[in-house]
Amino acid sequence: MNMELSRRTFLKGASAGLAGTTIGALGFGEAETAYAAAIRPFKLAGTTETRNTCTYCSVACGIIMYSKGNLAKGEKADIIHIEGDVDHPTNRGTLCPKGAALLDYVHAETRLKYPMVRKPGSDKFERVSWDYALDRIARLMKDDRDRNIVEKNNDGVTVNRWTTTGFLAASATTNETAWATYKVVRSAGMVVFDNQARV
Amino acid sequence: MTNSWTDIKNTDLVVIMGGNAAEAQPCGFKWVTEAKANRGAKLIVVDPRFTRSASVADMYAPIRQGTDIAFLLGVIKYCIDNDKVQWQYTKAFTNASYIIKEGFGYQDGLFTGYDEAKRDYNRSTWEYEIGPDGFVVADDTLQHPRCVWNLLKKHIAIYTPETVERICGTPKEKFLKVAQMISECSSPTKTMTSMYALGWTQHSKGSQNIRCMAMLQLILGNIGVRGGGMNALRGHSNIQGLTDIGLMSNLIPGYLTLPTEREPTFDVYMSTRGFKPLRPGQMSYWQNYKKFFVSFLKAMYGPAATAENGFAYDYLPKLDVPAYDVLRAFELMHAGKMNGYFCQGFNPLLSFPNRKKLTAALSKLKWLVTMDPLETETSRFWENHGEFNDVDPSKIQTEVFQLPTTCFAEDEGSLTNSGRWLQWHWAGGTPPGESKLDSWIMAQLYLRLKALYQKEGGKVPEPIVNLDWRYKDPGEPSAQELAKELNGSVLEDVLDPNDPTKVVLAKGKQVVSFAVLRDDGKTACGCWIYSGCYNEAGNNMARRDNSDPDDTGAFSKWAFSWPVSRRILYNRASADINGKPWDPTRKLLEWNGTAWTGYDVPDIAPGAKPDVVGPFIMNPEGTARLFTRGMMRDGPFPAHYEPFEAPIANVIAPKIRGNPVARVFKGDMEQFGDAKEFPYAATSYRLTEHFHFWTKHVQINASLQPEFFVEISEQLAKEKNIRSGGWVRVWSKRGSVKAKAVVTKRITPLICDGKTVHIVGIPLHWGFTGAAKKGFGPNSLTPYVGDANIETPEYKAFLVDIEPIVGPVA
Repeated sequence: MNMELSRRTFLKGASAGLAGTTIGALGFGEAETAYAAAIRPFKLAGTTETRNTCTYCSVACGIIMYSKGNLAKGEKADIIHIEGDVDHPTNRGTLCPKGAALLDYVHAETRLKYPMVRKPGSDKFERVSWDYALDRIARLMKDDRDRNIVEKNNDGVTVNRWTTTGFLAASATTNETAWATYKVVRSAGMVVFDNQARV
Repeated sequence: MTNSWTDIKNTDLVVIMGGNAAEAQPCGFKWVTEAKANRGAKLIVVDPRFTRSASVADMYAPIRQGTDIAFLLGVIKYCIDNDKVQWQYTKAFTNASYIIKEGFGYQDGLFTGYDEAKRDYNRSTWEYEIGPDGFVVADDTLQHPRCVWNLLKKHIAIYTPETVERICGTPKEKFLKVAQMISECSSPTKTMTSMYALGWTQHSKGSQNIRCMAMLQLILGNIGVRGGGMNALRGHSNIQGLTDIGLMSNLIPGYLTLPTEREPTFDVYMSTRGFKPLRPGQMSYWQNYKKFFVSFLKAMYGPAATAENGFAYDYLPKLDVPAYDVLRAFELMHAGKMNGYFCQGFNPLLSFPNRKKLTAALSKLKWLVTMDPLETETSRFWENHGEFNDVDPSKIQTEVFQLPTTCFAEDEGSLTNSGRWLQWHWAGGTPPGESKLDSWIMAQLYLRLKALYQKEGGKVPEPIVNLDWRYKDPGEPSAQELAKELNGSVLEDVLDPNDPTKVVLAKGKQVVSFAVLRDDGKTACGCWIYSGCYNEAGNNMARRDNSDPDDTGAFSKWAFSWPVSRRILYNRASADINGKPWDPTRKLLEWNGTAWTGYDVPDIAPGAKPDVVGPFIMNPEGTARLFTRGMMRDGPFPAHYEPFEAPIANVIAPKIRGNPVARVFKGDMEQFGDAKEFPYAATSYRLTEHFHFWTKHVQINASLQPEFFVEISEQLAKEKNIRSGGWVRVWSKRGSVKAKAVVTKRITPLICDGKTVHIVGIPLHWGFTGAAKKGFGPNSLTPYVGDANIETPEYKAFLVDIEPIVGPVA
């Protein structure tokens, strides 16, 4: 007889299997425990899922990051797995050879952890505090700006142009960071300003 | 992109030229596969290398790098000669019928008005004839000898299949097959999409490469339709966003332009931005420029921007040169004219041309700040790494700060993809060590600078101390707050002029879109084209409804697409002059007698009559330009120019080297090599296993492609006695690199102007930091010259010599 295995029949079969396991648990407890212990638990169980976008090219594939710990709850979160987002209309869960290795980017050995300074003529970086670095950079900016900003050109036109300090902006930052960057750079009068659009 | 990644499934023909999506954008390329599998679409690849895109193509044609314009003008000529033109579209939606002023001409590779000393044109003759009614004169019959169509036909007459073969090295029969396949898309029911990337931009005439294909797409009627368009495959996750928000020397967000010093006042600045329609009844949308500009100034300077002070117009820096692009920046640095430099997520030591010059330039800085999640070569430019960075730290006096930043996984906000989708993402990981958000670093620097000016005074403190920085925590503005500023808000109640009891715009509310922005200072908006991304409906960039009614590929409820969530630009052109879709099976918009309806947000006023208002509303003509007036520096039509370093002379104009108006700094011309000394045509490219200089830090990718190599043909290998896997030295006039040779069938010699041209391929992913082996990059070899319009460096075509060497002991 040609019978279709309906979802209902399939479920019946599955519950029969489940009953079998229960019987096993009743009769062979120790073996069952040992067997369960031998199976590595599903690594994503108990992790927090966060939606993000691949940081590489401009296809902008959707990704799901799985972390131990939930950042949104103020916990320390360690990302342990990244995969393509199946709900995303463009990549539909797929990733390329670059995107598939994103986890190793997040945890790369050469990720930077502390502010560093290299003094003139030195052959090494030295660790400094954020306050030291930021205060010093702000000082250097102001001194250069005060010395070199062109307030008026030869025709007396107000130009407020600062050309002796420049800024290259990052094309992997968010639009929001880009806007904050724009405000700071332009209000200072900087015109030597560019991004990766050309390279 | 005019269209989107998902829309590629609607096409009949994909032309990949100037790009290699299968390797560089693999998950986007899947939509090409989708079109091939489900629509029977064909794929054409034109490239100097037989790439992985080429390996699945229906038609592959080789081409010598830097000759795309000759090829494309040849295709345009083929289409016109064989009457394969979408005539209704071309006549109604382009400027084909417009009359050009008397006096315009082109001879010996030059347009009228060339000044050799200035390397520039007087472009006054590259202009329309204006009639007594103030509008452009047109001849709808296309008979007038000076109408754009006839000038175009005359201009391209030399690009016969024989000339194309002579210049490009593409065998005539392959060129003709490509031209024939493309020409079939002149049918209103067949569309072609153009997918391109840096293979077109990184030339001294990169802008004209792209323009040339845009012209072809227009005469085939493929702009504004599903499965059509000009689709730039952008390389970085948010390079579209950075450009949209104007993080470039001469830009203001939303493609407004920074004033020059010839525009001393707000009124003078606005006087050239009126954008009066050039044809009757046209929208000329830039007429709203003032609303966007004033709203931007309000977003920057808040209450300090008033009508009385020209909305703080004086605060904006005024340019004295067209732009301080990266080439100019490093030129200034090299000349000792710069003191400080910031590199935020950017590695110029490997990214810009002529590395020797870059190292010398960086060494002249007083201070350098790098902000990056990873080590970069730039932040360690002063460190000796033997032959890979041969410097003496004791002789470099630059103070260098290396600031650690978070990466994507630890940051929240939106990124704009190639298809103009702004997609929100969330932070999921704790940043390592003391690394910080870029926005935190910028805020901290700003607050410190402001405090110094408040305490000590100094030069022009006003723009800094009056910058609008009213965030909940000024030391760390949130992504939400910044996104809301980009969208724009109402600063003062706006009342209905007909009924003052009615509030049209309520103070404190987010604006719904740029349509309500005002030029009186009552609205603020950081970036007008992003307006609508975060309005009173909430954060539209975070929308995750992936439904797609009727499977059009639009996904119109997914995230936000600028402008106003429109998915296909110029979409009104998907319907004919009466508003009927060219292809009913691929309907996008339709005129129902009173309004535009369909699958996308109309790119035109909803009630604009189809036979009156043209589809290209951003142009004062209302039509698209086959002749681009004086808007591009190197010509109103594209013309073939050789790269600055070319293996043969320009066949059309032998005396002209490179692009005649490309900017060349003093000393750089002397550093260009010629074919006698450097006989081989080199090009740079990327590998599918790597992303720029980032993935060499990633263990898996560093293992997949661990070391630098150059790729050459079997013929060249034989000629030079180079074996595959053996070591070679490759050098140009500017530098020398050592590499392993990969000898392949993917590159074959071409015959150009009777001469055999060998091609050397140089991938770009190695440096001296990271998990991969130390290596070199093409920028040790490439020339210091950029595109004549936007200064993209000429990385894709230059000259080298090559020889086998004894490699290092492993």
